[in-house]
Amino acid sequence: MEKENPPLPPLQSVTLRINGKEQRLELAPWTSLLDALREHLHLTGTKKGCDHGQCGACTVLIDGKRINSCLTLAMMQEDKEITTIEGLAKDGELHPVQQAFIDHDAFQCGYCTPGQICSVIGLVNEGKAKTLADIRDLMSGNVCRCGAYVNIVKVVQEALERSEAK
Amino acid sequence: MRPFTYTRATDVNSAVQEITRHEKAKFVAGGTNLLDLMKIDVMAPQHLVDITRIALKTIEETADGGLRLGALVTNNDTAYHEQVEKRYPLLSHAILAGATGQLRNMATDGGNLLQRTRCYYFYDTQTPCNKREPGSGCSAIKGYNRDLAILGTSEHCIATHPSDMCVALAALEASINVTGPNGDRVIPIADFHRLPGDTPHIDTNLQEDEIITSIDLPAKGFAEHYTYLKLRDRASYAFAIISVAAALDMDGDTIKEARIALGGVAHKPWRKPAAEAMLQGQQATRENFQKVAEAYLEGAKGYGDNDFKIELAKRAIVRALEQAFNKEGAA
Repeated sequence: MEKENPPLPPLQSVTLRINGKEQRLELAPWTSLLDALREHLHLTGTKKGCDHGQCGACTVLIDGKRINSCLTLAMMQEDKEITTIEGLAKDGELHPVQQAFIDHDAFQCGYCTPGQICSVIGLVNEGKAKTLADIRDLMSGNVCRCGAYVNIVKVVQEALERSEAK
Repeated sequence: MRPFTYTRATDVNSAVQEITRHEKAKFVAGGTNLLDLMKIDVMAPQHLVDITRIALKTIEETADGGLRLGALVTNNDTAYHEQVEKRYPLLSHAILAGATGQLRNMATDGGNLLQRTRCYYFYDTQTPCNKREPGSGCSAIKGYNRDLAILGTSEHCIATHPSDMCVALAALEASINVTGPNGDRVIPIADFHRLPGDTPHIDTNLQEDEIITSIDLPAKGFAEHYTYLKLRDRASYAFAIISVAAALDMDGDTIKEARIALGGVAHKPWRKPAAEAMLQGQQATRENFQKVAEAYLEGAKGYGDNDFKIELAKRAIVRALEQAFNKEGAA
């Protein structure tokens, strides 16, 4: 006789603050933040690449810091300020880093781009990239399968210059 | 991922209560290693206790002039902390040599101590692995073992500990503060991780119901003569083939004290104080460094694909000590 599976643990309530808006969800505890964003809130700008923290396509900002949304549970991010690619443009104006990706032709297929953009913003917030080598090292958590790295580095340089000029 | 239940702990005592109360429970903080392993069914806890809300997120001075790193301070916040950068640059460099900006913003100092091995057979649930499934056998010893251990191995396991941070902590002689149902205790870093022996499934001497609360760095930070040398297949975001944390306390050209810890060679950060002592009172010459390197790798054993690591480790020790002496910590 086949053993019956035990019943699944119940869904749990969680309120996530995403791009300035509170969203109440009923989630299975094992729902990653990435799956909550994409499958439950239909914020599909954040991409699922490897789902193991290796590719960076799922990068979002938590309280201004870049993280991999695939390696954290939605439940763990209650009460935090979550910013996704959808929350960057203000009043119809692209975020300067978004605009820089267009200006520098820093993408081809675009799948890694939302994660790249969030990562650049996080890197600028960290304030530790001083040299070209720093930029390459500190962006190593974002893989671009099309190989747009040369122009992505230009975006980062521009973003760092803009932040220093402030 | 297999289903599990989830609760939060808001202080250390409630965390210990929660972990004791639930069967097959684990703490989750950064989640970068645990959740990854749960996705591929290498780890399958039935309950997670979220400890991210506990107030263990500060870095403070200790009474004896050292620094206390809260267990929940992230790796990036530690590496970029002004006092860590200034007084313990070896630790700062070691942390920044590992993972990526995103992962270091999530991973905590306590969690870094508890990283599981990156041995590919441990990850591959289709193959035997004594660490993943005790008694099933080791696929690595006669398998592909290029990245695996050359020191302190056993016939049951040749996995390595993957951390960079822990290698620096070993050189700095940090100590780990933990709390369990029977109260607090301190575990020196040298006794925290274990050799595989015949129980490779047990990585550390931390008990299942204990929680790491902080890491203490002694006052002596070797901020002048230090190096973290990491040799790897890619310049960024790759685990070490060999890494060396080297620190020297100099009196002119004479070595007062030397510390050397190796990563990527064993089931734990590898130190050999008797070999370090050979440098005491000696000149910082290549010949002296080579003698210590030979002594460090005494008894090393290759398993075929990783034979090259024995010679590579010796050369890495010499280079790291020369860099430390020449104040090329960042090189």
